[in-house]
Amino acid sequence: MTTKRILGLFNDFDQASAALRDLREANLPALDWNDVTIKSPIEHPDVESVLGVRSIPIRYYTLVGALLGGSLGFLGIATSQGNFFSQLKGGKPIIPFPPDFVLTYEMLILGGVYITVLGFLICAGLPHRVKGDLYHVAVSEDQVGVMVRSDAHSITEVRRIFESHKVLSMQEEVCT
Amino acid sequence: MNPITQAKEKDILEDIAWAQINRDVLASLEQPRGTYWALFLGALCMFLVGVACEAYQYDRGLGVSGMNNPDVWGLYIATFIFWIGMSHSGTLLSAILHIIHADWRKPIYRFAEAMTTFSLMTAGLFVAVHLGRIWEIYYALPYPNERWAWPNFQSPLLWDAMAIFTYLSSSILFLYVGAIPDFAICRDNATGWRKTFYDKLSLGWMGTDRQWRNFRVAYLVIACFLIPLAVSVHSIVASDFAMSQQPGWHITSFPPYFVAGALYSGCAAIITLFIMLRYTFRFEEYMTMPILDKTARLTFAIAMVWTYLNLIEYSTVWYGADEVAKQTLINRATGPYAGYWWAMNFLGSVVPFTLIFKKLRSNLTVMMIVSLLLNLGMWLERWMIVTPTFSHGFYPWTWDHTFFPTWVQWGIVFGSFGWFGMLFMLFCKLVPSVSMYEVKEMVYHRKLAKIHPREA
Repeated sequence: MTTKRILGLFNDFDQASAALRDLREANLPALDWNDVTIKSPIEHPDVESVLGVRSIPIRYYTLVGALLGGSLGFLGIATSQGNFFSQLKGGKPIIPFPPDFVLTYEMLILGGVYITVLGFLICAGLPHRVKGDLYHVAVSEDQVGVMVRSDAHSITEVRRIFESHKVLSMQEEVCT
Repeated sequence: MNPITQAKEKDILEDIAWAQINRDVLASLEQPRGTYWALFLGALCMFLVGVACEAYQYDRGLGVSGMNNPDVWGLYIATFIFWIGMSHSGTLLSAILHIIHADWRKPIYRFAEAMTTFSLMTAGLFVAVHLGRIWEIYYALPYPNERWAWPNFQSPLLWDAMAIFTYLSSSILFLYVGAIPDFAICRDNATGWRKTFYDKLSLGWMGTDRQWRNFRVAYLVIACFLIPLAVSVHSIVASDFAMSQQPGWHITSFPPYFVAGALYSGCAAIITLFIMLRYTFRFEEYMTMPILDKTARLTFAIAMVWTYLNLIEYSTVWYGADEVAKQTLINRATGPYAGYWWAMNFLGSVVPFTLIFKKLRSNLTVMMIVSLLLNLGMWLERWMIVTPTFSHGFYPWTWDHTFFPTWVQWGIVFGSFGWFGMLFMLFCKLVPSVSMYEVKEMVYHRKLAKIHPREA
């Protein structure tokens, strides 16, 4: 069966969320709720909540990044102090903990920030080709888009629901 | 209260259309006032003066700067600390105010973040410049080598290099990640080379719920990392002094004193740039007087913290048992640099009291002058930390009360302001200096609060 995508543009978040609620209540059998996407000019957790709970795994990246940054930082510095950066210490420790902790602290933050940004790009699906997706420039201005991917029959029903909520415009395409 | 007064009291008008926000901010990238070019060319000329002085110093050697034993740091390291300090305001406005949900920061945080990045880049130049033989910077880099010149991991100077690198790269990432949704707006409205440029920078952002959800968390997490990082950077810069045995530097309160000074000079710089951008890019509707008022009050509060820590430093030295440190303090107040020292105290601790008068806070000319004076005071503070201690140290036979920087040092310091100004003005022409999506959020939530005050 042909799979299609439809993007409906709404004037505001209220209309978009009303359309989403009706879509959910319509209980279309072929519609996977994970194929429903909101496209908006600002973030709106209340409307996003209509979509249900969706995971945000960035925190795990942050944790791993900070731990890796801190531990590799300390190990790297300690190893270099013990080997090729060794200096005459006059009885003081070759690997001094207090100053190394200062550097470890900086490396922890460095690792945390870098891996968080990497995690953000992975989790948000960036970089992404705009040309290969349904998009309208009004989304970056002041309109809220709801995009649904499903079979042709469900898309007809989706279009009817969108129209009942005063959709401003619609774009439709066959998924390749 | 009449509607006009009420509008003047608001951080932003709730009925401003989102499309209008896009138009106004995008227009700033295309058609700024003529002042923009005057400022840019002025900054370029200042920068060229700095380059000429640096070229002369490079050619003739560090002697032309007038620096010699015991005055080995001069204006270069004083200005280095000044620029590091300036960088802290971006973190304050972006990260701290973001975490405490102070939404009035939204129209002004972007340029404060840019200020952070360019201040750090300017500060970095002075590390190389103060060496005289700038190529010898490689001695400071920790990598396995055959020179037998190992970096000392126990030295705060090495921590400094690491902290500044971490802060600079994290600040650039924070600035970039926060600007991605705005780059997408630029992409959707630009033509020609600008479209290609913003298309690359926006990474294909389409404002999907998945993107926003992850963006929200990533931005918050980076903000949380940046706050302790900013504190550590200036604490470590303070340790460059406090961990030495020099009189006037070996003081426990130096790290918080430096952090407070950093926030103070940064806030004053934000006021200066706020007024400049407001006029140059016609941002009167976004960089409003109530936001300036809040920034001024914040500056006053930080000025008082700085004043308190300054007095703590003086009283610790005065009542302490370190006689040499006490003599250095007395020399600061009565010696060859007394005029600068008293000017620093007056500009840093007395001038901020003008900020308690609402009438003065509402006057842009007064605020511009006050912000410049505050930063002059903060620059003098850094100079008064460095030079008097070197010129009047432990041993009388090392004293040099005649030291004064030559025109070469002044020229390079002057040029650094040009370098910063040039980069900043270039940034404002390429990247929206007002965050469009965050201003939309601010307008949206305030409108919602007006309609449903109880829910809000």
